[in-house]
Amino acid sequence: MAHDVSTPHAPQATEFKIVPTKAIPAVAVVYIGLIIAVASNRLWALDFFHVVGGACWTAIDLFLGFIIGPIIGRMSIPARVEFSKRFMPKMVLLMPTLVIATLAGGWQLARHEGFILASDKHHGWVVGSMIVVGVMAVVALGFLEPANIAVLFELKKERPNGQVIEKLMKRFLYTAGLTGAMQVATLIIMTRIATL
Amino acid sequence: MKKLPPVSEISVLILALVVSGGVYLAAHLPKHTSLAPTTFTVVLSAILVLANVFLLSRIANFAWGTFFLVAKWTLLAYAIFAGALEYIFIKDGVRGNLLVLMSATIVIFAVNLPIHFGFTVARYAEK
Repeated sequence: MAHDVSTPHAPQATEFKIVPTKAIPAVAVVYIGLIIAVASNRLWALDFFHVVGGACWTAIDLFLGFIIGPIIGRMSIPARVEFSKRFMPKMVLLMPTLVIATLAGGWQLARHEGFILASDKHHGWVVGSMIVVGVMAVVALGFLEPANIAVLFELKKERPNGQVIEKLMKRFLYTAGLTGAMQVATLIIMTRIATL
Repeated sequence: MKKLPPVSEISVLILALVVSGGVYLAAHLPKHTSLAPTTFTVVLSAILVLANVFLLSRIANFAWGTFFLVAKWTLLAYAIFAGALEYIFIKDGVRGNLLVLMSATIVIFAVNLPIHFGFTVARYAEK
């Protein structure tokens, strides 16, 4: 049942795309490049996807969790809605692409360099990174991404429910902050691996 | 808002089980290790997916149109994701029981997410 939002701060429905289809070719290019990197097993290409994907993923999570998140939290509901309509569709395509590029590139790189062997001195840190990524995956896929999509669907309604948007946005921002904090652990692990 | 079964909570539990089973296996590759812990998480996850489907089937007056709209596109996206993972494991020479277990983990992962995303969105949708 839709909550009555006929107040001065009620969000208004406007046309926007939940999935920005214009960006799909760019995503396809990244995926094709990743498959070529994995198939050719070239060190530079694997390193490129892992480092570039990981750097973007980490930076976005930290920026969103600690800079953008608190700013959005202090915005009025209509301002949050306006921001969300422009920002969240981009995240629907961007984040999964960065995650798959980072993880696939990283796994192949660790295998290529022998880091996944239990006898390797990097092994403990690599397993540690897998655990951190595993927890982030549960948080991101279990809470953050569904909240993101649910907000976008709510905003598409003729009369969006302000309470639902606020509740889901809170969930999105808290989980973004949590993954941002976990990215600090990723930075520590990755810099340790690189300097061991 | 009417009370709905704990489909989201079960989906997050499935996700945690699948991820922990996958991390356990990946942490022990390529040496031979006991497949029992991951077999346990895969079997338990499969049972929980079936339980979720059963719980969903019992909901009356649900926004099924929205559920299936979100679920089908999520399935497509994560089928591509799962396909990429499967390709990497096969290319890395994973074979036999280990491949079966990895594949089952990936399939449960790719099936669970559409249910979770579809339910989360549809619970707020109008019928």
